[in-house]
Parts: sequence; C-alpha cells; structure tokens
Amino acid sequence: MMKREEIMLEKIFKKYKLQKSALVQILQDIQAEYGYLPEDVLRQVSQKMKIPLIEVFGVATFYKSLSLIPRGRHHIQVCTGTACHVRGAKRVLEEFERDLCTCAGQTTEDQEFSLETVNCVGACALGPMVIVDGGKYHGHMTATKVKPCIRKITSKEAE
Amino acid sequence: MKKIHSLAEFSRFQKTWSARKNGDPTVVVSSGTCGHARGSEDVIIAFEKVLSRRGKRPQFDFKVTGCHGFCEVEPIVRIEPRGIFYQRVTPADVEEIISETIGEGKIVDRLLFRDPVTGEKCLHGKDIPFYRKQKLLISGNNMRINPAHIEDYLALGGYTALAKVLKGVKPERLIDEVKKAGLRGRGGGGFFAWKKWESCRNAHGKIKYVICNADEGDPGAYMDRSLLEGNPHSILEGMIIGAYAIGVSEGYIYVRREYPLAIQNVETAIEQARRLGLLGKDILGTGFSFDVKIAIGGGAFVCGESTALMSSIEGKRGEPRAKYVHTVEKGLWNRPSNLNNVETWANVPLIINKGAKWYSRIGTAGSKGTKIFSLVGKIQNTGLVEVPMGITLREIIFDIGGGIPDGKKFKAVQTGGPSGGCLPESLLDLPVDFDRLSEVGSMMGSGGMIVMDETTCMVDIAKYFLNFLLDESCGMCFPCREGLDQLLTIVTAITVGKGKPEDLQLLQEIGGMMKDASLCALGRTAPNPLLSTMRYFQDEYEAHILKKKCPAGVCKALICYEIWKDKCAGCAACAKLCPEKAISGAKNRPHEIDLAKCIKCGICKDTCKYGAIQVI
Repeated sequence: MMKREEIMLEKIFKKYKLQKSALVQILQDIQAEYGYLPEDVLRQVSQKMKIPLIEVFGVATFYKSLSLIPRGRHHIQVCTGTACHVRGAKRVLEEFERDLCTCAGQTTEDQEFSLETVNCVGACALGPMVIVDGGKYHGHMTATKVKPCIRKITSKEAE
Repeated sequence: MKKIHSLAEFSRFQKTWSARKNGDPTVVVSSGTCGHARGSEDVIIAFEKVLSRRGKRPQFDFKVTGCHGFCEVEPIVRIEPRGIFYQRVTPADVEEIISETIGEGKIVDRLLFRDPVTGEKCLHGKDIPFYRKQKLLISGNNMRINPAHIEDYLALGGYTALAKVLKGVKPERLIDEVKKAGLRGRGGGGFFAWKKWESCRNAHGKIKYVICNADEGDPGAYMDRSLLEGNPHSILEGMIIGAYAIGVSEGYIYVRREYPLAIQNVETAIEQARRLGLLGKDILGTGFSFDVKIAIGGGAFVCGESTALMSSIEGKRGEPRAKYVHTVEKGLWNRPSNLNNVETWANVPLIINKGAKWYSRIGTAGSKGTKIFSLVGKIQNTGLVEVPMGITLREIIFDIGGGIPDGKKFKAVQTGGPSGGCLPESLLDLPVDFDRLSEVGSMMGSGGMIVMDETTCMVDIAKYFLNFLLDESCGMCFPCREGLDQLLTIVTAITVGKGKPEDLQLLQEIGGMMKDASLCALGRTAPNPLLSTMRYFQDEYEAHILKKKCPAGVCKALICYEIWKDKCAGCAACAKLCPEKAISGAKNRPHEIDLAKCIKCGICKDTCKYGAIQVI
C-alpha cells in the first residue's frame, strides 16, 4: 500500500520538477489523489522540496480548496454567492446542517457526507444551487428539497 | 494543421477560413457552465445521436458553443443562418427540431421565447427584449465559436489584429492607440490600461511578465468565466498584442479552480495557438516570441488582488503587500509585471481591428466601450448582459432584465461585489460608468449586478458581505483583520435585536478607519457594502435597533411565523413536513404553530398552497 503512495508522490514531484513555485499545484494534485492532505505527506513534501514545514502548512491552510481533514464519501457544496444568498441559500445550508448533524466545512461522523460552502459557481440563474459530488447540479433548491436530495444520494448508493 | 511561418502565409490561411461558406443549416447549442447545469449535455448527446444515424435524414451542421448570456432560458438552440432562437430545449424536442425546422422549414412554436410583458412570441434572438438593448462586441462571438476549434475564431477575423500589429506597428504607437481608445481595466479599479502598459514597458529589467487575472472571485459575477469558456482565443490574442507592446516574452493566466470548463478550454486554445505558430518562439516568422502558462488558483478571494495573485503564482500564500513600488516595476518574482483582467484583454483585438476612434465613440466621456454585467438575484431574466457604458441602471434592470419576478417591489441593486455597494431606487437613473458609480459610494467592480427585492433585508446583506470578507481576509494587516471582526460583531448584534442607537456612529468610525489604514484594496473597500446600506437604508437599521423588527422578514431572531386562521384549510401539509413537529391541529381545521418549538426554518411557508403562513 505504502509503495503505491510513494510512487504517486514521486510522480507528482517529477511532474513539477520540485520547483518551489509549484507548491500550490503540488498540494492540489495531492489533494485530488487523497481527497485531503495527510500530515505525513505534508512532511514528505517539506523534506523533498526543502521548504520549511511551517511554510507548507501555511500554504495548505491558506487556500480553500486544500483541506487537512478527510472528506466524506459524498461531497455536498452549497453555493453561498450573493445571488444564491438573496434567494435563500442560508436556509438551505441550515437545513443540510440539521439533517446531516454536521456543520459547513465538516464531515459527518460516519464519513458519508462532507458539507461545504462555495463562494459562487457562476450558475446564478439557478440559485440557490447545490452541487453533489463535484458534478451533479441541483438548481432552485429550497429547504423543503433538502431531505429528498439527501435521500436520493443515499438511495442511489443502495442500488 | 501546420505551423505558419510568415505573415503572408497567415493572411492566406486566415482568408481560406473566413471565405468558407456553408450551405447547410447549422444547429448551435450553447453549453457553458449554466447550460450544463440545465442539461445542455443531454441535448447535445441527442443531436449527436441523430447525426450518427445512417439513412435518410435532413442535412445539417452542428456546433457546440459557449454561453449565450441568457442563462434563464438555457439550454438554448439556434438554427443558423435563419437565426431562429429556441429556448429551454430538452432531449425530447430534438427529433422535432430536426424534422420540422431543418427538414420542413417550419417553426416549433412551443420552444419560442414569449415576452412576459406583451405576450408576444420572439422568433429571432434579436427580437427578445433581453438582447435588444445590448451591444454584443466582446461576448457576441460566444454564439458563433466552438471554443475548441481555432478555425471558428479565425473565420471571424481572429488573430488579424495580431497580424496587423506584427506587420510593423511600433510598440509606442500601439500603446498610444490604446490610450486614444480610453480603455480602462475591467477588473474593478478602472485604471487606464495604457498607463500600466507604458510604465511596464519603461521599467528596467530584461525579463518582464504579462498576466491575465482570471481569478473571478466576486460572488455573483461570472462574465470572465463565460469569455474564458466561450472565446478563449480573444483573450490570448489580446495578451499577445499586449506582450508585444510592452516587450514581454512570458505570460500567465491565473484561473480559479472553481471553473473547470474554463481551464480546459483555455488549455486547448493555448495548445492550438502554439501549433499554428501564434504562440511560442518566433511568432508568425516575425522574430517576436511569447508564451503563456496557466496557473490555477486555490480558492482564495484575496488572490484577485494583483500582489496577492503574483505571490500565489510564486507558490506562496496569496498575501498582498503594500504597493510603495508598483507591480509594473516589481511584481512577479520582483520583475516588472503587467496585470489586466480577462475582459480588458478581450477588448484589445477589437480596438486594433476597429481603431481607437471607432472604439472611443462608444460609452461616456470617462468610460469607453462596453461592459459585461452579470444580472442576477431577484430578477426576471437572469444572465450576462453586455451594454455600452453610460446606460442607466433602470434600463439594465427593467428593459433588459424584465424587472422583479412575482410582482414584488424593487429594493436595491448591489454592484461591485464585496467591494461595492447597494444602490436604492432613487439612483436607478444613474448612468453606469466607473466614475459615477464611485461617486455614489459603490463601484463598477468586475461587473456583478445583484438585484434585491422587498424580501431582502439590507442589514442581513451587510452581515453577509462582512462574513464573506472576514472569511477571505488574509489576516495580515490589523485594520482589515480586526476591523472586519468588530463590524461583524456589531452588525450581528443588530440582527438579533441587541443593537444600540450609538452603534451606527461606531460602525461609521471603524469603517472610515479601515478605508484609510488597510494594506490592500480588499480592506480599503471592505466597509463599502455596510456603509452604503447604512447611507441608503437607514430606516431598516433603525427598525432593527429601535423597534426590534426586521421589515423584510429575514432576521430570524426578530420574526415569528404565524398561521392565518381564515386562510388555513387544515390540509396538514405543513405539519407533516415540519422538522420539529411544531404544527398541530384537527383535520380540516385551522392549525397552529407552537412558537416554543418553532425553529423558523420556513419550510411550512414554502409548503403552504393557501398562503396562510405569514412572517410577522
């Protein structure tokens, strides 16, 4: 198992030739592979690239797309851009938080769902907008539609 | 396609594409991100299925393009050259479009757009009120180009501006042309493009950079995305011309990660331009070299600020720095760097092709050309609109946007994103240009225009922006970091009924301090949404503070849900859905809400068919 991870890391390092300016891109590639940034991998990045760990950590915590916590199996993003906000995105978010018993930015205890807010995906005509697993757009969301939405995700799973 | 080695060769090549005429009708499907979200991909699959079918069927060409601007009625299908405009098309409509319109030349009536005001049907795109007042100079080609095919761009005169420049226009003359055109930066500040270009050209240093700022972070603004997705070559052409004028051989496009389709289309465009010899070493055999790399943002609003963006390209945290020395002298890796926004770059080829004289005739005295706005929020026709500078807000919102839906009343329009402000009804006749918007406490910004109606609470909007900015502030300088925190604490107290009359004065003072003392534009403009709502909607603040009421019915702590007995039919639909089981009553009898249990989620109000649930 460990071996496969090492090969993958090597591949990412090679792609960017260990250039210090590629740190953000490297961390994004690692995030794409793991779904988050594991601590031991960040240590390896620091050693390999000869960048102090504190700097690597600084970058890893600065950007919204990078996360230090593992993501759940399903990724729910609630758009809270201004257009979605004036159309009631906050109520949609609160309903997700209550139904999933978690907060925005967190993962449920059973590791099933991660709930996140996003600052505008540019689909304002359909607001409030919820995106499931990075690609499935649910437009014109309301608090009432939240429960059926979650049910749909879990029932697809059962099939 | 082979590499082109000379300007003469390019001219011949370009002409073969622009002269190419097609006899068959063309089906054009718009497929930007909003199109995707509305199911354009399924429509495309349905068309492709028919195309792959053998046997007898009507002949037609098929083209997938970027966004056509009118997001409200996506997926849009146009039948060219007749210009027939079909809206809200589903895969089930595809067979009929092909057999009726392509085969028989008949119109599919139900797919036409119907003007909600007059009830008239519009056959062509140009008949639709949404498009009628627009001037589609920059975004218009989105409807004609498949962004993955450089030939489509060439056929419309693409890269001829570059060829014209490389034929021997002196860089100084080129900068002068942009100066005469009066092109100002479309990213927010409205700084004159020529000034930056000239300073960067004159700055010392062998290696310089041009950068395209495509980190469109303003929530509710997506015109840059639409250009990147729909017409990436126009941006590249602008950058190459800019690089030639300034004397640069390296460039970057900094795109935000949230725009995967834009990244993909720009990557393809760069690849194709390189293959044709329009990018890279010795462009079109003229000896001029320039190449572009893509840098992908990590989702940080502050990275739209020039110094923060450059720091992010360097692989560091995207923190801004004080600009004692401008980025045109010391920017990326401490070398002279010229940064312009996506839309600014896309304006450059137009200016070269049509001339500064022609360009400067459009717009107002201080602001030239057109501007693309994203008209969103509580508006009938959501979408991207490109209008000449100087048009009034009223024309944009009511003539193009069709006004407020559901018979509600207009309250405010927010321009300029988190750095801008909210403008009330009394300012609707304000001509839109850089200077006039700043005068009234807002700004042009990148072009987000969020319309709000009577059910939007202005104190809540101020809180929303403060929350957003506090989250996105990099935390480096004290005024921005602590100022925002204090502003948010006070405004939050007002929204939960704990506001004091003297709070308003305090908010003004803190806001003023942040404007004076913050390090970068994020902090300096951060109080704008708050101060502008306080200036134009003081009565709402007073209602929250003195009467402990939220007139718009948004702030949870100040509202209650109530069932009007004479309207309630006792259908129990609300009681079934109430997550806290706070609604009870006998069957077919008026129900009641137990206020002790009610969490004010509003699900009951959304469910009620009789309008019996009211917010008080």
